Amino acid sequence: MFRPIVLALAAAGFIAAGPLAATDKFIVVQSTTSTQNSGLYDHILPLFRQKTGIEVRVVAVGTGQAIRNAANGDGDVLLVHSKRAEEEFVAAGHGIARFDLMYNDFVIVGPAADPAGVAGSDDAVAALTGIARAKAPFASRGDDSGTHKAELALWAEAGVDVAAASGGWYRETGSGMGATLNIGAGMGAYVLTDRATWTSFGNKNGHRILVEGDPGLFNQYGIVPVNPEKHPNVRAGPGRQFVDWMLSREGQAAIASYRVDGQQLFFPNAGN
Amino acid sequence: MPEAAFDMAAPAPPMTADAPALLSARGLCFDAGGKRLVDGIDIDIRPGRRTVVMGANGAGKSLLLRLLHGLIRPTAGEVLWQGRPLDRDGRLGQAMVFQRPVLLRRSVLANLRFALAVRGLPGPERRAREAEAMERSRLGDLANRPARVLSGGEQQRLAVVRALACRPRVLFLDEPTASLDPGSTHAIERLVADAHESGVAIVLVTHDTGQARRLGDDLVFLHGGRVVEAGHAANLLDAPRSEAARAWLQGRLYLESPSPEA
Amino acid sequence: MDGFWQVLGEAAGLILAWDSDLIEIVGLSLRVTLTAVAISCVIGLPLGAAVGAFRFPGRTAAIVVLNSLMGLPPVVVGLMAYLMLSAAGPLGPLQLLYTPAAMIIAQTILVTPLIAALSRQVVEDCYREYAEQFDSLGVGPLDRAAALLWDARYSLLTVALAGFGRAVAEVGAVIIVGGNINHVTRVMTTTIALETSKGNLELALALGVVLLALAVAVNGAVMALRASAVRMAYA
Repeated sequence: MFRPIVLALAAAGFIAAGPLAATDKFIVVQSTTSTQNSGLYDHILPLFRQKTGIEVRVVAVGTGQAIRNAANGDGDVLLVHSKRAEEEFVAAGHGIARFDLMYNDFVIVGPAADPAGVAGSDDAVAALTGIARAKAPFASRGDDSGTHKAELALWAEAGVDVAAASGGWYRETGSGMGATLNIGAGMGAYVLTDRATWTSFGNKNGHRILVEGDPGLFNQYGIVPVNPEKHPNVRAGPGRQFVDWMLSREGQAAIASYRVDGQQLFFPNAGN
Repeated sequence: MPEAAFDMAAPAPPMTADAPALLSARGLCFDAGGKRLVDGIDIDIRPGRRTVVMGANGAGKSLLLRLLHGLIRPTAGEVLWQGRPLDRDGRLGQAMVFQRPVLLRRSVLANLRFALAVRGLPGPERRAREAEAMERSRLGDLANRPARVLSGGEQQRLAVVRALACRPRVLFLDEPTASLDPGSTHAIERLVADAHESGVAIVLVTHDTGQARRLGDDLVFLHGGRVVEAGHAANLLDAPRSEAARAWLQGRLYLESPSPEA
Repeated sequence: MDGFWQVLGEAAGLILAWDSDLIEIVGLSLRVTLTAVAISCVIGLPLGAAVGAFRFPGRTAAIVVLNSLMGLPPVVVGLMAYLMLSAAGPLGPLQLLYTPAAMIIAQTILVTPLIAALSRQVVEDCYREYAEQFDSLGVGPLDRAAALLWDARYSLLTVALAGFGRAVAEVGAVIIVGGNINHVTRVMTTTIALETSKGNLELALALGVVLLALAVAVNGAVMALRASAVRMAYA
């Protein structure tokens, strides 16, 4: 009578008994989301693994959380896009050094109707000022990510107090880039996003790029090997190998060769 | 109701009404919800005797049984088992069969095994008692059946042999045949009679005067939580002295409450 | 989005294509959740039986705590587990963060209170029927708890199912301690979250339908077992 249950439990045990860790030669990269959501890692990591045999395990979270996780020692390499925060990370002893890796740019996307009339502008600050004046809905990450920090810097430059407008036309989603784009697309709001995530994003829902080309929308990605002196359990050797490869001609070429719909999403600039 | 075909009037020879009490209650009271439901009962259960407890619904029969078995604690008074306050060890010398048999969600045999295993009986002894109980209950063909799909009569038979397999010195039965057909009732009475013949004292609550005559040596009649009459079963049934017992036996409602001084 | 039927079609396509990535993800989901539920049962069932069948000081408080913990948000559990397992945390040296083992730990924390609280209820109901008989037979505390767990076993299957449902559907805890690492800790729910964040809503929903199908299969299997038990009057 009870045999089926015993069998089921045995089956569960059998399933559970599988290996819990696939390989021992791996590193953990604490990463921003845009590099994962755009598909860059799927393109370049197999090349690195083929060459070195090292598996790269990517934990993709916002820049702020990635830095905090790495500061806890829960990662071997940090790959994010907020230069000042990265430098603070290194200064605090968590990272060995910070290197420029690649760049792309931010864009402001919005509904085709464009209620604030910002389409075609290459002046991000002016565009944001216009959005604020029109009180047109704007969806912000609001999550302390690299993109969020860049957006806040632009608002400050425009002299707009978004904290005061929060809950009105300024909507803080407190979510990742993708979730914020979904919300922006749903409510017809403007969104500041990195170009890579936008290009590969599947739920554009009539939104399009309205503002691009402003030097102030430059988006620099950096890479930092985590410091084994501060965090003894860090896999320093293979971590360093990955950083070196990413900065090498081969790694940089791999980054440059990634395209979505024929469009290059990341522009290597190591050693600049 | 006609007498059963077999005669159970023969008293158990080694035990007499004069033997020291196996179980006695002194000044037993039980309150619930601000009401005194058992009110100062004194009773002696002697080895090998069969005591029938009767009374109307609400007279306190089931409560008395539970108090004597130690399932509930008296508000006042005490229950003595072989002269000492009744405790868990004392209760292991007793067994009880409930009106609705409480059977585990297991096979017939597993129900027996459980009762014996919790007493820590060694394997061979346990198996011997299991076999004996299966034989006695004539449930042998059903040993591996889920106990809860048995008929009501079979379930109660199992409950009785399970209780007896524990070799109690007193067996309490709380209206064990109240919802059974005559054939099943007969089988239960037979088991009880056999147990009595092997020396087990019986305390039986019943509504059935025929059963009281067939199975009772002594009879205690309760009303309003008190013993209003006690004596030899046949005598009491033939010539009740108390008004409560007389009314009940004649099928009349007896509404007067016992003296209200408590 | 072109509609519900398209999503259903895509889900059916996903299942029929028997894609190796999908199988890996479904397999890991099952492995993590079944293991977590099994461990939760080992801890939670005796705990539930003890609270259900024994009277002790503070019992009501224990029930309140168990019932409250049932509502613990998965994200909070994930954070607790993260702080424990992080290299900077007390269990950091075990190096379990971002492994399936970490996900199992988080889900075990999530599900154990649920198993304990629900089994407490089941056992208590069963005990109400058995209590006097157990007293009469002189059944000791351990035998009591064991007998109640055994006799309520088919009802407790439903309890385990509830735990399975909560664990297999949650994303908040596993994404924090697992990291949603491709081919390592990516399960159904974290994949759905990822595809949603990529804007692939149809694919995300189709994966949701696959997850639902999985839950239906597991529940159906267990209920069939239980139905046979009901016929045998064991449940």
